[in-house]
Amino acid sequence: MTAPRALRIVGKSVPRKDGLAKVTGLAAYIDDLTYPGLLYGTTIRSTIPCGEIASIHLDFDTTGFTIVDVRDIPGRNVVALIDDDQPCLVEREVRHYAEPILLLAHEDRERLLEARAKTRIEYRPATPVFDPERSPKVFKRLAIDKGSLDEGFALADVVVEGEYRVPHQEQLYIEPNGMLAIPAENGVTVHGSLQCPYYVQRALRVVLGLPAHRVRVVQVETGGGFGGKEEYPSMLACHAALLALKARRPVKMVYDRIEDLEATTKRHPGVIRHRTGVTRDGRLAAMDIDVLLDGGAYATLSAVVLSRGVLHATGPYRCDHVRVRGRVVMTHTPPNGAFRGFGAPQTQFAVEVQMDRIAETLGLDPVTLRERNALRAGDTTATGQRLGRDTSALRVLREAVRRTDFRRRRRALAGTNRGLGLSLFFHGAGFTGAGEVKLASKATLELVERGVRVRVASAEIGQGSRTVHAQIVAETLGLPYDAVEIAQADTDQVPDSGPTVASRTAMVVGGLLQRCAAEMKTRLAGLTPRQYLKAHGPLSVTKEYRKPPEIEWDEEAYRGDAYGTYGWACDVAEVELDPDTCEVRPVRVTAVAELGRVLHPVMARGQIEGGTLQAVGYALVEQVVMRDGRMANAQLANYLIPTTRDTPAIDVVLLERPYRHGPFGAKGVGELPMDGPAPAIANALRHLGFDVREIPATPERLMELTRKGKGL
Amino acid sequence: MRTPLSPLRLFEPRSLRDALRLLADEGPLVPLAGCTDVYVSLNAGAPPGTRFLNLWALDELRRIEVRGSTLMIGALATYTQLARSKPVQARLPMLAAAAREIGGIQIQNRGTIGGNIGTGSPAGDSLPVLAAAAAVVVLQNARGRRQVPFNRFYTGYRASVRRPDELIVAVEVPAVDGRQWFRKVGTRAAQAISKVVMAGVRADRPRVALGSVAPTVIRATRTEAVLAETGDVAEARRALMTEIAPIDDLRSTAAYRRRVAGNLLERFWADTGIADRRSPIAD
Amino acid sequence: MRFTLNGKVVNVRAHPMKRLLDVLREDCHLTGTKEGCGEGECGACTVLVNGAAVTSCLVPVGQVRGARVTTIEGLKRHRALQEAFVSEGGAQCGICTPGMIMTASTLGPSPSLDEIRSALAGNLCRCTGYGGIYRAVQRAGKKKHGGRL
Repeated sequence: MTAPRALRIVGKSVPRKDGLAKVTGLAAYIDDLTYPGLLYGTTIRSTIPCGEIASIHLDFDTTGFTIVDVRDIPGRNVVALIDDDQPCLVEREVRHYAEPILLLAHEDRERLLEARAKTRIEYRPATPVFDPERSPKVFKRLAIDKGSLDEGFALADVVVEGEYRVPHQEQLYIEPNGMLAIPAENGVTVHGSLQCPYYVQRALRVVLGLPAHRVRVVQVETGGGFGGKEEYPSMLACHAALLALKARRPVKMVYDRIEDLEATTKRHPGVIRHRTGVTRDGRLAAMDIDVLLDGGAYATLSAVVLSRGVLHATGPYRCDHVRVRGRVVMTHTPPNGAFRGFGAPQTQFAVEVQMDRIAETLGLDPVTLRERNALRAGDTTATGQRLGRDTSALRVLREAVRRTDFRRRRRALAGTNRGLGLSLFFHGAGFTGAGEVKLASKATLELVERGVRVRVASAEIGQGSRTVHAQIVAETLGLPYDAVEIAQADTDQVPDSGPTVASRTAMVVGGLLQRCAAEMKTRLAGLTPRQYLKAHGPLSVTKEYRKPPEIEWDEEAYRGDAYGTYGWACDVAEVELDPDTCEVRPVRVTAVAELGRVLHPVMARGQIEGGTLQAVGYALVEQVVMRDGRMANAQLANYLIPTTRDTPAIDVVLLERPYRHGPFGAKGVGELPMDGPAPAIANALRHLGFDVREIPATPERLMELTRKGKGL
Repeated sequence: MRTPLSPLRLFEPRSLRDALRLLADEGPLVPLAGCTDVYVSLNAGAPPGTRFLNLWALDELRRIEVRGSTLMIGALATYTQLARSKPVQARLPMLAAAAREIGGIQIQNRGTIGGNIGTGSPAGDSLPVLAAAAAVVVLQNARGRRQVPFNRFYTGYRASVRRPDELIVAVEVPAVDGRQWFRKVGTRAAQAISKVVMAGVRADRPRVALGSVAPTVIRATRTEAVLAETGDVAEARRALMTEIAPIDDLRSTAAYRRRVAGNLLERFWADTGIADRRSPIAD
Repeated sequence: MRFTLNGKVVNVRAHPMKRLLDVLREDCHLTGTKEGCGEGECGACTVLVNGAAVTSCLVPVGQVRGARVTTIEGLKRHRALQEAFVSEGGAQCGICTPGMIMTASTLGPSPSLDEIRSALAGNLCRCTGYGGIYRAVQRAGKKKHGGRL
């Protein structure tokens, strides 16, 4: 993973731009901001999952309160996203628990608490649907077909079938959602904790009926996102803005943890069914896959989550005859949405457990089966994408097997309380299909006295975007790292670089910045910034996304190059079982990942470690308990994420194989590590004798498997 | 925080005498020790009352000392104090072990044994230890003290014999003969509410106490009797199943709790049966 | 209500049951202490009271009368720890970082990995997987004692 000698800054672990402010407590997050005349806002939400509002009663003295309901919306009552089906405030029909109905603001938070307690809403309840299999409404269907299933199954010696279930998962950024809206002349400014400034701006324009230049969105320091601040902030920003505009005063709305857990998005739960035809020697002859995701009450981003889900449903394997059918449906639960991995962790859990079951059926070891079928350069994926030389499935597999001495260790552990399992996986970097073309992202580089200023809409949410962008620009321009400053993600100051999602910030936006920097270098023609400014005046360079010519995607047929490139990884998990309690201790996870080019080793490792632990939580402990459409365990004492003592040793191995369209060869890294640990852990439990097909693999579930004779 | 403060009142006595007088004159008051439970309720908008009595300043209730053969633990002794206390480590290692597994260090620095007893959650981690140690709760009001055997302290779910004008001021633990054993099963490795928690003492008359398997912490007396009379752990396990009544809740299932309780009983018996005299309590 | 905050005596007028967390952030304008859950689970609001780490969301200000309170803004003599959090990737989004550093500052010299894991079990981090945090604390521990970096 050593970078070529020519690189001075890229590939080095330079100090992160936001480091000092964060370790001294000076970094200002949304709840740290205040304004003169500030009001606090709160949301009155539905307490039934399905029905109609019959009446609203405000049993308190409303003097001094600002009260907003659906009639106060000057524009359209919709949180603009894809299908525009989610209202900003309920008009009559309630589709889920904790749906926003009424907004209140007051300068005294105690009065707000009292008012909340004295706001009564009466309903005409209707019968909710919680089981996605019985949903009356399909938000989106997708189909991928390759070859002919009949031909494929005719070639197969054995058919293995399986049904796999994955749960809700809460992003659990440690900073809950928050927004602060300030009325401006003829418009509004909204500051907030968010990932996508321009998504929020568009939502505000639609709800407020204002043109873009009257709506300013500023991202402040954001305490984690993981997808959870991709779409929901649009809703909250609209609420804060409606209150602020009505009150003509600044309004801050910061959710407490309970509200954040009950009302905001989660990872889509799903049921994935596999029917796989294999030859006796372990070649995949036919893959028939059905993906069902629970979208919750509104479409939000479900269609794109499903898209990524089905595009990763076969795992990183070659197979000539594939059918994937996917659908995401409505239930009367809070909408599910973006969460790191975005559909791929769900479907790759299923295929990777299915692979171990196939290996078991054939009497092959899990490595051999994967070696026989792993995608290689020149192979085609299920959508017919022909893979390039940066196809590293075999390489990461072999490296992980070598590092962990997988086969021998697995034999050595047989009969003990420890199990060893692996998973092989990939993750498409950047937007799916033609997404990047539609986005047409822009980035701007501006010359300043001390160097340059980066103007992009990418949100620093902990992943290190400011640092990586500065590295790319400094390296390209031949300037010191400290000579690059990063403008705040403020729609008045930065162009639309697209959302901070989909592992695209380093690869796509970083790529735009590399092009900006290259042009600026030519324009500078050897002058320092100061000299240039003196001689020629201001200089700024803006670049727009350019599709690499060889990438072709047919959205209608769902054929072609689903992603520009993929990250590849293999996880090996070792777990230890307590036979008395069926508690599982993850002992060690070895994560081998190929990321194109490692721009910042410390941060890349941090991405892999952090994603891996989120996925360990997904596999073993994290559980949203839904009762009558309501999250019943909406407290951190009851929705548990891993602590230091639940964390395995995580060995990270970073491999490089530069991607020719990424800056310095970089691919996306953020989501990849979320996809593999859950199946690796499930397969380690399989090694221990547990037929795990559903996560989280809680002690209760494992105990139940033991009782049914499917464990130990 | 979802509870408005203005309706709340905090009484701040300077001494135990003051506190007992306030309880008598102003009661009922909700006593506040380390607040690790009450503030969770306040945060959720479910205050346990509106009038509170701050005990935190009463240093006289923080002492841990040995008097004769009895270990005296002041009600305000924190888990950190318990875990570090030499007398506790020497005489009641299962309590030190329990204290180390409660919350993170921030909670251990604030949570108190008196608070754990007073809250009376069936999942309270120190409670099975006190039950197995045959501890005595010392209650005091303005008129005097009384001692209640721990195993007669609770009358039902979060209900006890403590009268509104009484404070828990201490817990007294007589010498415990035999090998002590403690095990907490939570939802994760640290900072978790118990799904099953068990304390045991291996002696001629073994003692077994469990939390999270009934509305209150319980001493499994029938199980103990079987162990004492026959030493047959399989038989004792059957007896235990008649003594516990776990439920399904957010954290676990009744079926799981029953099996784990049975398995822990066997583990206790196996761990403490060997000749090795080292403490079986793992750090 | 008098107490010592970061070495200086302060006098605050507040309801005695107001959370120390809110008093610090609103009355004392020290916003480095963060709220993540309000129920003592996440540790983001960790401060030191008389040198011991506590979650300030569970402490009524009435209970710090006369006590020494230290927040991230007043953390002295731990620059090595703070710097190591930057260089080792111990801080990503940064919201857990002040609380994490406050707890870590109570560790003894050259703590073992096991000691670090036990001490920090009450501080949740969702970004790092804790690896960068362990390395930061270990590096700072070594630096403090002149060990090799």
